[in-house]
Amino acid sequence: MRSWLRDHRRALRDAFTRLAASPFASLLSMLVIAIALSLPVALYLSLSQLQSFSRQLSSDPQVSIYLALDADNRDAAGVGQRLRSDPDVGDYRFIARGQALLDLKRSAGMSDVLDNLEHNPLPDAFVVTVRGNRPETLERLRDEAKGWPKVAHVQLDSEWVRKLDAALRLGRTAVAVLGALLAAALVAVTFNTIRLQILTRREEIEVSKLIGATNPFIRRPFLWFGALQGLAGGVLAWIIVALAIYLLNRDIAALAALYSTSFWLSGLSLPDGASLLGWSALLGWLGAWLYVTRHLWRIGAE
Amino acid sequence: MISFSHVFKRYRSGFDALSDISITIDDGELVLIMGHSGAGKSTLLKLMAAIERPSSGTVLISGQNTVRLKAAALPFVRRRFGIVFQDHKLLHDRNVFQNVLLPLQIAGFDGRDAARRAHAALDKVELLAKEKAMPITLSGGEQQRVCIARAVVHRPAVLLVDEPTGNLDEAYARSIVGLFAAFHQHGVTVVIATHDRSVAELLPARIVQLGQGRIAA
Repeated sequence: MRSWLRDHRRALRDAFTRLAASPFASLLSMLVIAIALSLPVALYLSLSQLQSFSRQLSSDPQVSIYLALDADNRDAAGVGQRLRSDPDVGDYRFIARGQALLDLKRSAGMSDVLDNLEHNPLPDAFVVTVRGNRPETLERLRDEAKGWPKVAHVQLDSEWVRKLDAALRLGRTAVAVLGALLAAALVAVTFNTIRLQILTRREEIEVSKLIGATNPFIRRPFLWFGALQGLAGGVLAWIIVALAIYLLNRDIAALAALYSTSFWLSGLSLPDGASLLGWSALLGWLGAWLYVTRHLWRIGAE
Repeated sequence: MISFSHVFKRYRSGFDALSDISITIDDGELVLIMGHSGAGKSTLLKLMAAIERPSSGTVLISGQNTVRLKAAALPFVRRRFGIVFQDHKLLHDRNVFQNVLLPLQIAGFDGRDAARRAHAALDKVELLAKEKAMPITLSGGEQQRVCIARAVVHRPAVLLVDEPTGNLDEAYARSIVGLFAAFHQHGVTVVIATHDRSVAELLPARIVQLGQGRIAA
């Protein structure tokens, strides 16, 4: 066991030395790995945060009932009465057309445009939430309310969020496919780096085998090299993603403000970051293992 | 003990390197395998060290049939041998000390113990002063000595030597052969493959004559 640990220590030291011996080439390989990793990681982060944002919005689905512009207080009271008598309605809020105009002026920054209007174009409205938030209840209420007197339009407010959620699910699948492809690219990069390493160490491998080195002994420094290179690529990818998010967040916040909401991207959490590093090291290790094993099999067969 | 029984070796090219070789080398023996170039001396050494496998026949190393051993077990058989290669096979990106250290690292020796043994081996071949030199800066004879130090550093039971005096002048060749005699006196089995008849005059060894892959006498 001690001998095994000692051998790993030696292999790790050897891998560090080899990485440091050609810093420019090592850095280039790490950068290629980092770019290959940062793309799916950044997309994954954006999509997962957009998805949780959309879920927050859709956590309380609502039905908006807009009355006709000529509806009066009696008509509005009638709709209120119908809502109170519906056992599925959990809560409702009446927004008078005057209040709606005031809110619009405040939130959208369109007061100049709205001030120039001769009359208020907004209708009275009810915003209704239902018990249990079941889609079928929401849809039933929407369909019934459409037939009530002086109701001009009924809208299910969570619909666009559901569409966004579906689009994000599609995006996540696309990220998974892209991630798998770029993971294969990482393995290929390591495979090629190890191929070059072995070319320069062919003599050492041959002599070591002749004097009694086992395949694991020969393989170890290359595996550590691949894992270290992958790990360093993972660290660089983390930095690239953090920088990209920092640069994008100002514009994202400004865009979100235009929609009267606040949204920004957060960087990788510690568990996600650790997972990125773990996977990048593992993929580097795999690329190295594939090439060294193939090489040892070939020279063993010769 | 090394024992060959009706061993044949045919390479993929179809060349028959060895034909019907039967030979036994006892522990502590000093044996010279003699023959001209292409006689099969190097192949015989490679079969002894389990570097090559015979096409047919039996090779026993300390009672173990190397033909039946799994590939994963062969490195451990090889560690019982110290091999002095004809072309030295030194690693030119490592210094003399690191070259000699390699078999000890492979065998899993502790760092301090390994360093002590490597220094002792270099001292034995009188190259301690050049432990930090790179092999390329050494003469052919010195490279030969580094190769010998690497072969004996892990104290193998058997020393296999391929053409030790090939490119050396007579005085240097004499001193190198003297080293093998000294190892033999310490109980190491020494098998030397050479075409150089003067080696036979310097060593009290059993001579096995090879010719066209067969034992001639």
